[in-house]
Amino acid sequence: MRRIAIIPAFNEQDAIGAVIDELIAFDPDVDVLVVDDGSHDETADRARQHGARVISLPFNLGIGGAVQTGFRYAAQCGYELAIRVDGDGQHDPAELGPLLDIVVSGQADVCVGSRFAGAEGYRSSATRRVGIRILARTVSLLTAQRLTDTTSGFQVLNRRAIVLFAADYPHDYPEVEAAVMAHKHRLQLAEAPVRMRERAAGRSSIRGARTVYYMAKVMLAIVIGSLRRKATPLEDA
Amino acid sequence: MIASGQTPLAVSLAATAASLLLLFVVFELIRSRRLRERYALLWVLTGLVLLVLSAWRGGLNVIAGWFGVSTYPPAVLFAVALLFVLAVLLHYSTVISKLADQNVILAQRVALLELEVSARSETGPESLPDAVAAPEAPAS
Repeated sequence: MRRIAIIPAFNEQDAIGAVIDELIAFDPDVDVLVVDDGSHDETADRARQHGARVISLPFNLGIGGAVQTGFRYAAQCGYELAIRVDGDGQHDPAELGPLLDIVVSGQADVCVGSRFAGAEGYRSSATRRVGIRILARTVSLLTAQRLTDTTSGFQVLNRRAIVLFAADYPHDYPEVEAAVMAHKHRLQLAEAPVRMRERAAGRSSIRGARTVYYMAKVMLAIVIGSLRRKATPLEDA
Repeated sequence: MIASGQTPLAVSLAATAASLLLLFVVFELIRSRRLRERYALLWVLTGLVLLVLSAWRGGLNVIAGWFGVSTYPPAVLFAVALLFVLAVLLHYSTVISKLADQNVILAQRVALLELEVSARSETGPESLPDAVAAPEAPAS
């Protein structure tokens, strides 16, 4: 099965190398694609040195635009499976096993690695956890399915999901809206518990006043998104 | 203290209807994908604030009292509406500026790619000029 790892990265020069190495250590046959989202540092060069294919965007598109670039590439090149991993080292590829099993066995089209589905807690600020909780509850309601971590970018997707998201993917911070979108298109969502690490380097892009913007924007998007009919006509791949 | 004026009911009703219409149009534009959520937030906030001030006459009268606009409270409503419209305009000015910057970068990238493509097709891939490098990303 041809599979590709899509890593969006913005100024992750200190973390990106290890992320690629770990992915290849976990699965030597995976093609690694780093989407450099207009970084000002050495992210693209480091990624190339570690054996990844790099797409450099001419300016910062935000995580949604960067990830969609990866899905477009994957759809165009005929990949059957996509692995989404963040470029900051939070996601440990060694945890990918259960996610891959669920998608490869056909139990789901998209499987998300959840920090909260398992017993082990995820350390984070209280406000962040509350925000994540509110979003998870709302999405669970809209998708009629219990989801615990809708902001996680640690995901495995099959060809159907790749093709859908290549054609249409939310902007800015996409994961929450993408879950609602996938449900609208009758894609099956699943979660598997994962442990996540502290960020290896850099800072979260969502902090301070951005949190307010993020929550308002995402809530608006998912509520209105759930009122939409199918976003775009989807051909089965 | 001067006896403060009241907001006429007709003004309140008309302004409420107008705010609701604004909110409905904004939501419909988002739903039909002609307006991105990102650029709609300020409009939604505008609509909500105007809706509250229009429908809640007591509140508007009190706020008007704070500013000494005791003869005709709806003047405060107009002032708030004007402020929000200014904020939206200013926001769009920054958005347009960013788009203009990105447009320049895109044009430069395309021109450089064209150079690279024509160099490849003329002389074969071996003799590519090294100078054709990716342009610098803008400082954001």
